Amino acid sequence: MQITILPQRRRIDLTGRRRAADVLRELGFLPGTAMVIRGDELVPESAMLEADDVVEIRAVISGGAP
Amino acid sequence: MKCTRCKAPAEVQLRAHNSNFCRPCFVFIFRRQVERAIEKQRMFTRDEPVLIAVSGGKDSLALWEVLVELGFTTTGLHLSLGIGAYSDASTEKTVAFAEARGLPLITVPLAADGLAVPDVAALTRRPACSACGTMKRHYFDQLAIDRGFPVVVTGHNLDDEAARLLGNTLHWQMEHLARQRPVLEPTHPRFVRKVKPLYRISEYETAVYAFMRGIDYVVDECPNATGATQLVYKDMLNRLETASPGSKLIFLREFLQRGQRGLSTDVPESPPQTCAHCGMPAYATLCGFCRLVRETETTREKRAASGR
Repeated sequence: MQITILPQRRRIDLTGRRRAADVLRELGFLPGTAMVIRGDELVPESAMLEADDVVEIRAVISGGAP
Repeated sequence: MKCTRCKAPAEVQLRAHNSNFCRPCFVFIFRRQVERAIEKQRMFTRDEPVLIAVSGGKDSLALWEVLVELGFTTTGLHLSLGIGAYSDASTEKTVAFAEARGLPLITVPLAADGLAVPDVAALTRRPACSACGTMKRHYFDQLAIDRGFPVVVTGHNLDDEAARLLGNTLHWQMEHLARQRPVLEPTHPRFVRKVKPLYRISEYETAVYAFMRGIDYVVDECPNATGATQLVYKDMLNRLETASPGSKLIFLREFLQRGQRGLSTDVPESPPQTCAHCGMPAYATLCGFCRLVRETETTREKRAASGR
């Protein structure tokens, strides 16, 4: 599957079918810190991603000094 | 995985609430949470016009959209911070959001006053986030007062507030802890009420809401936030949340319900004086903003005189 990580705009290719939560863990994201987006739908962490999926992983953490 | 509320296929999983939601139910629940926070904390009423501080990020734009959907009278306030391409994109997204919905927006380009954040930080040798925060607080209050808004709304979320609480607790900042509330009443005639309707909603939830509603927000991080202590605290809290879902909410909620009330009576608030230059609230002869501006101008003049 083709993955783009935002905001870094990093491209990664992974092989095979995997659970979204496993992909996030493999890429170093803690649960609830990034959205997995496929087309115009959000993929829950327990759902499967197919080998030919094109996916965006968008980090949600923002901030500096309050 | 099914929606906890309607049993349709769920699109989002919220571990902290042990719930899953489809898109329509998530949007409904999100708006209801914001509405309940506003009502329960008596933040503002539908008769009061509110000034909402909008950065162009997910939290402030999602909140603005919700307030409009709930029928509140809003005006956006955007400070264009002068942080290169990041600020240009933030301003562009904010203006596009307001124009697409026909919403009133006040935009203040700080560079036009010679106060672009990188310049001020370099000239005063202060951390950029500190200079930025001082200017934001000043403009929020001043514009609200000048234009007749009794309340300023900001998009601070649960993660922001929990990280701030952790920082204040680690350093036992008693005065800061005493003032950490979702509603801050004014303590000076030129302060307005400050409220945070997203204080119990995680930034994951605001990002999901923004995505589901097709809100085009700035995904990029402020370049000055790299290495910021607040991000270290957020990371620590997210690790805790992974091991024990709901920890962030419990940490903040229990502080507000048990700890904060005691502190606010134990730690007396010293009301501010009035700035000798601009008339805004101050804890010295000049307010923080005027000191910052004076220091910036003085250094700029010295450098110009010496040809640097």
